Amino acid sequence: MSQTEEFVLRMKGISKEYYGTKVLKGIDLEIRPGEVHGIVGENGAGKSTLMNILFGMTVIHSTGGYQGEIEIAGAKADIKSPFDAMKLGIGMVHQEFMLIPGYTITENIKLNRETTKDNPVSRVFGPKLKTLDMASMGRDARKALDHLEMGIDEWARVAGLPVGHMQFIEIAREIDKSNIKLLVFDEPTAVLAESEADNLLAAVRKLSASGIAILFITHRLHEIMAVCDGITVLRDGSLVAHKRREETTIEELARLMVGRSIGDMIRNPAKSLPDRNALEIRNLRVQMPGEAAKGVDLDVKDGEILGIGGLAGQGKIGIANGILGLYPAEGEVRFHGEPLPLNSTREALKRGLAFLSEDRRGVGLLLDMSVEMNIAATAVEIQGKFLRRFGPFSQIDGKAVRAHALETIKALDIRCTGPLQPVRRLSGGNQQKVCIAKALVLGPRLLFVSEPTRGIDIGAKRLVLETLVDLKERLGMTIVITSSELAELRSVCDRIAIVHDGRIAGILNPDDDDAEFGLMMAGDYGKR
Amino acid sequence: MENANATPFARALRGIGAGLRSFGAPRIIIIVFLVSLWITSTLLKIPFPAVLSDSLVRLGMNAVLTLAMLPSILSGTSLYFGLPLGIICGLLGGVMSIELDLRGFEAFFGAVAMSLPLAVLVGWGYGWLLNRVKGSEMTVGTYIGFGFVSLMSFGWVTLPFHHPEMAWAIGKGIRVTISLEGRFSGVLNNLWSFDILGVRVPTGALAFSALCCLLVWLFFRSRSGLAMKSAGMSPKFAEASGINVNRMRIRGTILSTVLGAVGILVYSQGFGFLQLYQAPMYMGFIAAASILIGGATLKTGRISHVIIGTFLFHSILVVALPVANTVSQLGSLAEISRSVVSNGIILYALAQKGGAE
Amino acid sequence: MSHDANPHGTAGTKGAVRRFFTNNLVTLVFLFIGIAGLRVSGLALPFFIVDIVDRVARNGFLVLALIIPVLAGLGLNFAIVLGAMAGQATIIFMTHWGIGGIWGILLCMAISFPIALALGVLTGRLLNKARGKEMITTLILGFFANGIYQLVFLILVGTLIPMKNETLVLSSGVGIRTTIDLTDGLKFGLDDLLRIPLPLFAILCGAAVLGSFPVRSVLRKRALAAREKTPLRDGVLALTGLFLAGWGIKNLVVESMYSFIRVPAGTFLVLGALCLFILFFTRTKLGQDMRTVGQDRHVAEVSGIDTDRIRITAMVMSTVLAAWGQIIFLQNLGTFSTYGSHEQVGMFAIAALLIGGASVAKATIGQAVVGLFLFHTMFIVSPLAGRALFGDAQLGEYFRSFVAYGIIGLSLALHSWKKHMQQKQGAGG
Repeated sequence: MSQTEEFVLRMKGISKEYYGTKVLKGIDLEIRPGEVHGIVGENGAGKSTLMNILFGMTVIHSTGGYQGEIEIAGAKADIKSPFDAMKLGIGMVHQEFMLIPGYTITENIKLNRETTKDNPVSRVFGPKLKTLDMASMGRDARKALDHLEMGIDEWARVAGLPVGHMQFIEIAREIDKSNIKLLVFDEPTAVLAESEADNLLAAVRKLSASGIAILFITHRLHEIMAVCDGITVLRDGSLVAHKRREETTIEELARLMVGRSIGDMIRNPAKSLPDRNALEIRNLRVQMPGEAAKGVDLDVKDGEILGIGGLAGQGKIGIANGILGLYPAEGEVRFHGEPLPLNSTREALKRGLAFLSEDRRGVGLLLDMSVEMNIAATAVEIQGKFLRRFGPFSQIDGKAVRAHALETIKALDIRCTGPLQPVRRLSGGNQQKVCIAKALVLGPRLLFVSEPTRGIDIGAKRLVLETLVDLKERLGMTIVITSSELAELRSVCDRIAIVHDGRIAGILNPDDDDAEFGLMMAGDYGKR
Repeated sequence: MENANATPFARALRGIGAGLRSFGAPRIIIIVFLVSLWITSTLLKIPFPAVLSDSLVRLGMNAVLTLAMLPSILSGTSLYFGLPLGIICGLLGGVMSIELDLRGFEAFFGAVAMSLPLAVLVGWGYGWLLNRVKGSEMTVGTYIGFGFVSLMSFGWVTLPFHHPEMAWAIGKGIRVTISLEGRFSGVLNNLWSFDILGVRVPTGALAFSALCCLLVWLFFRSRSGLAMKSAGMSPKFAEASGINVNRMRIRGTILSTVLGAVGILVYSQGFGFLQLYQAPMYMGFIAAASILIGGATLKTGRISHVIIGTFLFHSILVVALPVANTVSQLGSLAEISRSVVSNGIILYALAQKGGAE
Repeated sequence: MSHDANPHGTAGTKGAVRRFFTNNLVTLVFLFIGIAGLRVSGLALPFFIVDIVDRVARNGFLVLALIIPVLAGLGLNFAIVLGAMAGQATIIFMTHWGIGGIWGILLCMAISFPIALALGVLTGRLLNKARGKEMITTLILGFFANGIYQLVFLILVGTLIPMKNETLVLSSGVGIRTTIDLTDGLKFGLDDLLRIPLPLFAILCGAAVLGSFPVRSVLRKRALAAREKTPLRDGVLALTGLFLAGWGIKNLVVESMYSFIRVPAGTFLVLGALCLFILFFTRTKLGQDMRTVGQDRHVAEVSGIDTDRIRITAMVMSTVLAAWGQIIFLQNLGTFSTYGSHEQVGMFAIAALLIGGASVAKATIGQAVVGLFLFHTMFIVSPLAGRALFGDAQLGEYFRSFVAYGIIGLSLALHSWKKHMQQKQGAGG
């Protein structure tokens, strides 16, 4: 490949702000025809924002557009909508399938691009009433499938096909578009079994051989090494490096991807941890869609802050949700030596576990209820706190609720107009504090916290994390933090467990090497 | 916020605007409509105290029926279009009380007492069904209600009620309309009633309705009431707090059914008749419209919405009738406007965002 | 209830029979009720046949008007009541102007078209606001529109809308009479276009059924979606066709009383044309877009289909068809209740469609036809059966309305239950 060969895609100095927060900072990207280019980065590194810009998604344009230039095949391009992208020959294979199960493969491949022919009615009433030309549609579909060496019947229904086939149908749809120049694969192997993933990689190579450029987004570093010619690493919205495959290693990529950007650490004075285990988890399997745990073994020491890290979709979120009974779980969990019955939120709460959900607004709060009732509701239900009893009847003790709310608002510094304000109107950080207050009323011995700083601005992030450290210090509470932000875990945790493919890949210390973290998260720890 | 240097006057205006918006356009329209009807009625020399008396009577008669919407809305099953189920339980209680030859308060409270176990049973079954059709409660509820009315039409003919006050002179079954004269007609309306400035206040009925409202209010301030409210507001939150959401929805449905049963008996004592067969069919829509006019939505509601809504909605009917009669001698105008207003207000609520069926 | 594809291709005949029974349970139950009711009622067969043929001609168009919204994922359109009102309103104008016969019918259809179109657009827009609550919204909209209709024809006519017509307007000078007689106007305008003896009609129907086999096999060869084999359904169809043709020939050859029954073939021709149009429509680009939106709105949107517009189009088509359907309905009936005829149109049409085995998510022409026959069989026989069984015709009528409401409630409940279970399974797997 000579240097003068024109680029299919050239992005220069792409930057993007969401409400004053820079999420992309001057990204450059160049791809030649027939090149397979990998993009790697942690969750939140800016990959999806970059792709949204490339596809002209409305999220980008409704929030003030972007800075920088995009060139497609040497010409400057102004991509305002997914339509423009499609016209320019950019296609996307979605992570979740955009397929209609009740349709045949042919109908899916030609979705909204059906070949039609005239009939007497359409001549009078317009092209919308043209008849579908099924035979020609079938021929096109056959051609696209043959290109991918898929022997499958083009008239089979999609419903009931294996997942791997569905992915191939999506690819076939894209290459059936006559002008396709650049094809984006967004986490294509996330849902595939290993053999299916191998098939996909083979298809990717074949496509690139036919001259189509490919952008390959994935967390799996060994796949990057297997198919990509060039690799771009993003971290925190910045371009970290461009690499050729020949000149890099999996370790280097892992290190580049994770980096160390903790800034000022929050002091979590390390103490010698007692050998007592607060929680022992054995072979925990949780059926949480998209975040399934598939056999987790983990010990949590009494009085520590344990971090659970890992990439999105690997199952780290499932662990806390399973133990708290929010999703169906199997396995064995002992809490301070006693077996904990699974699938019962009530029991878990009664025995002194508490949970700050990652879905703060959905699971964590009653958005239209007051601050004070949000704090009290769970304690009323589980422990019968804040109640006055009259024989078999009970009434909520408004005074007690109010007094407690005022105290907590002061202690946690919750910024609100008063205990009666609905929590919907609070900022993310203050909502999270209400969640913490809600958990603290229960007087838990062990606190699960999921994604505690998601959607919270930087200043408030620090406050939330400091509060957690403070709880451990002052109350000796055991805390398990699940987070996608490794930097955050490394700044407050005593130990960090990394989850990959529904299992614990290993436990690291916060100051272990970046590459260790990167490899473990990518599932390549043992594959070196 | 975006315009810090606005004058206090402009800010006050904006505050009023926001206040009106939160009050809701439909309610403003209804109130304006009601007031203009009142003015028209006085211009037409219809005595205002009489109109107001009627409004109060209607409020007393209908408040409990409207109240039946509330537990359903708050427990997350949306508007209680299955109201005919509760109503039929109440009617059965009423019919049984006549069959047992009860009179006066004994008859009324006997009817209530007999309808309660029925309502609990029916409510439980209906709640069980609603838990299986999450997301389509209103549509399914409407047709379950209609179906139950037809089924009971069957029942009114075939069930073994023989009291001469109810039976047809010839043929099987009991009559379409059964007079409560000498039974429990007016037992609440006439209790402690008094006149003030020409307005007759049906104290007993209002007090009984208020008592029902108070009990429901107290219930929602209890532990299981709070649990029910949480389950309705956010099933996910409730589950994470160890609340059994399905059980709460069933309890809410039972409560609504019981209130429907009691409500129809209160209504009937004021009306003076038990109306059987097809009569209960559309009552659910009236009650739903009432609470929506009061300010409730498909997902939220308060006791105040029940009272304000019932008063507004039924006052319009009360005053529209004589006004319409004077203007055009067309009796059906009131009936038509009731249908347009009640269904219009429900449509408005459905077209709002959120609360997906 | 839906004819799910059998992924494994060849299951034994036993499996096919069992699938046929479970898939068509509702339909089979009503087939049984219909036959039993017919026996119990003691109704003579010729009378029954006259009645059922008439009713199918009368109601067919309205039931078919429901199919398109189901296709577009809007569920059962209770708001065809609006279309019915549009049709009825034009009939009132026609009667006022004294225009009758086939030209009156055609003019009626032409005038009702823009009214129904406007109502359809409004309904579609409303439904785009009330997403996920479509069915309850169309239901309430039907009640609401009924109020407006009454307001116009009971109150405004004679007060704001000047109308002088002694046969139409009430003696007070305000409001349209509660029943309108079409005898000297539109009555049989379409029906009388072409009437043929019943046996001949049976032969034609039989021929049409049998003739559909080669046509369908051609369509199938042209690689339409379906490659499923439905031997049982095909068998039942073939037998029905043969039976109809045979019965027709026999009664034609041996002069019987059936030859005196004159079937309104003109109306049936229009029905047939509508069926063909729906079949054609599902094979057009617009039809495909509608199906796509109905199957998955999100995928449709991502692939660039303007889903809001498609949904409005579906509502417009349904409303216009309902308007024409009501015109056909009333010209056959010959007299109608101004404030009652349209009220239960939606409910009866929907109940018929559901009895034919349709669901909220899937409805076919075959289901509409079968449902029409079964529902109206029940309609005819239940008062008679009620009298025979309980000595009270009224009970039969209660039973009838119980079935109509019950079947809708039950069917909606079953559908949403099924969806609920599928979601649960999807989440679990």
